Amino acid sequence: MSAFSNSTLKTRDEPVSEPVVAMNKSALRLPNDRWKPLEIVFWLLPVASFFLFPDYLVLVSQIMIVGLFALSLDLILGYAGIVSLGHAAFFGLGAYTAGLLSVHGWGEPVSALFAAALVAGIAGFIVSFLVVRGEDLARLMVTLGIGLMLFEAANKAAFITGGVDGLSGMAMGKLFGVFEFDLFGKTAFWYSFGVLFILFVILRRLVNSPFGMSLRGIREGGRRMPAIGANVDRRLKAIFTIGAMVAGVAGALLAQTTQFVGLDVLGFPRSAELLIMLVLGGTGRLYGALIGAAVFMVAQDKISGLDPAYWQFYIGLFLVLIVLFARGGIMGGAEKIYNKFKRKEAA
Amino acid sequence: MIGNFIGVLFDGIAYGSLLFLISVGLSVTMGMMNFINLAHGAFAMVGGYVCVSLLQKLGMPFLATLPLAFIAAAVVGLVLERTLYRQLYQATHLDQVLFSIGLTFMAVAGATFIFGPTQQPVNLPDWLRGQVPVLGLDVGAYRLFLIGVVVLVTLGLYFLIERTRFGAQIRASVDNQTAAAGLGINVSRVFSLTFALGSGLAGLGGGLGIDVLGLDPSFPVKYMVYFLLVVAVGGAGSIKGPLIAALILGVFDVAGKYYVPEVGAFVIYTLMVVLLILFPFGLVRRKA
Repeated sequence: MSAFSNSTLKTRDEPVSEPVVAMNKSALRLPNDRWKPLEIVFWLLPVASFFLFPDYLVLVSQIMIVGLFALSLDLILGYAGIVSLGHAAFFGLGAYTAGLLSVHGWGEPVSALFAAALVAGIAGFIVSFLVVRGEDLARLMVTLGIGLMLFEAANKAAFITGGVDGLSGMAMGKLFGVFEFDLFGKTAFWYSFGVLFILFVILRRLVNSPFGMSLRGIREGGRRMPAIGANVDRRLKAIFTIGAMVAGVAGALLAQTTQFVGLDVLGFPRSAELLIMLVLGGTGRLYGALIGAAVFMVAQDKISGLDPAYWQFYIGLFLVLIVLFARGGIMGGAEKIYNKFKRKEAA
Repeated sequence: MIGNFIGVLFDGIAYGSLLFLISVGLSVTMGMMNFINLAHGAFAMVGGYVCVSLLQKLGMPFLATLPLAFIAAAVVGLVLERTLYRQLYQATHLDQVLFSIGLTFMAVAGATFIFGPTQQPVNLPDWLRGQVPVLGLDVGAYRLFLIGVVVLVTLGLYFLIERTRFGAQIRASVDNQTAAAGLGINVSRVFSLTFALGSGLAGLGGGLGIDVLGLDPSFPVKYMVYFLLVVAVGGAGSIKGPLIAALILGVFDVAGKYYVPEVGAFVIYTLMVVLLILFPFGLVRRKA
């Protein structure tokens, strides 16, 4: 594929044009990093749900964990524009790291999170070298291939991972030596919330930093970035590694809060579902990942009880419709409505 | 030992030619429209189910069902291309991936709903069962038949693309669609017909492959990697590339499963990553 025809083909790209408009307004200023009131309300929602829906603690914890996982993909896909079909590889590595540590006597949760981030990060760093080499198709295949390889490895290495039966017998220590992981999932809830919030604050800062801006530049026009002195490959490797680390932490969280690691943490369906959540919420926005994860998981909780086959059909139909008619997902739609509203007000 | 090795090689080539038959359409459409289509396996599945239904419900002979499998998949491909696919040629690769994953999911759920989640059996005619001696070696009759069909189809394809007017239009559209349109070629029609042809070949492959690959609703997901692999390794937009890639993958996959069954599918994934590192743009690269 020649460079020329590639750039001419990609003209109808709606999400691209919107940030450009937004940037023109504050072109000479650094990105505004101040927290908006709506964001504070958003973060109060899970806290409120703790008191309002005590029966759904486990579901809300799962949403937060998967939301963190979706955030990690948003960094790679939404900001840097790398299409990955094997992101579950890093999630699974994190989950197995935390799981194996705990099975072999290291029950302290927080240090295990760091270990999971380290393992997933190293794997991500190695894979990133393969990812930056090719174009979209090759990237897709490499990420897909790595994901399948790890799945196959975990499947065959049953003496370590438990194979298809999963890794059980995890004994979790107390959080900070004080809070025990209870049956109702209260500790798990606050633990997940805390980790998600801390990482979100860091990532929010990251994507609004000059580094984050340069990633968007690479996404919009990778061939022009070297001209302004940006080392494209190095930046892509860095964000891929960071994304892998965050995915690893999410996997470890899931393992620790459910005290079980199944083979499905590495499966292709997990990578594909993650992609669906992200486009459902809206890519390149951080909040889109969280909202997408929440909507997807609540819908799955309600619908898949009927019949798994129906659920899959509707998910497929929904994906087709969203691509054809509603690019940008929930956040993109909300933004459009908001902008229209604002324009009317100004007129 | 040597006979054993030749037997594995033969099975691998048969398997590889089947992969080629299903994937070649994907390669050409991917090269031509720059469209990443993960739903290609669904067209093969359509062919497979058409074959099985005709065999079981109407009792048609196996050979007669194959052309119908081709036509059914081609028609489905043509309709989908005309209505849905063409809207996304200009879209980003991410949109194309999501769209085709969505189609795949719908196909899987639809097949489960209509045919049930179980494997479909296929009754081959007697003359395709068992072993036949070739040059002092006993080889599977069906696999020999498979290779024969694929050789014929490949020769036909070669003739179509290299020797006919339509083939020249396809080549021109793959190389540069803007210039091709400027020369008066109806590129949009060429796209549609090529897509239908590719889907039809996949359907034919799906029908032929029931005995080798099996057929159940998860087919498009299970073999998606293999089809994409053939294209990614072979290089999109050509016929030679996917042919070489499919044969390599087929032989290695069969050999891996035969000689080192304990590592399973690992062989093929490792091979794929290695090949993609060595040839990030495919073995045979079209276009400068």
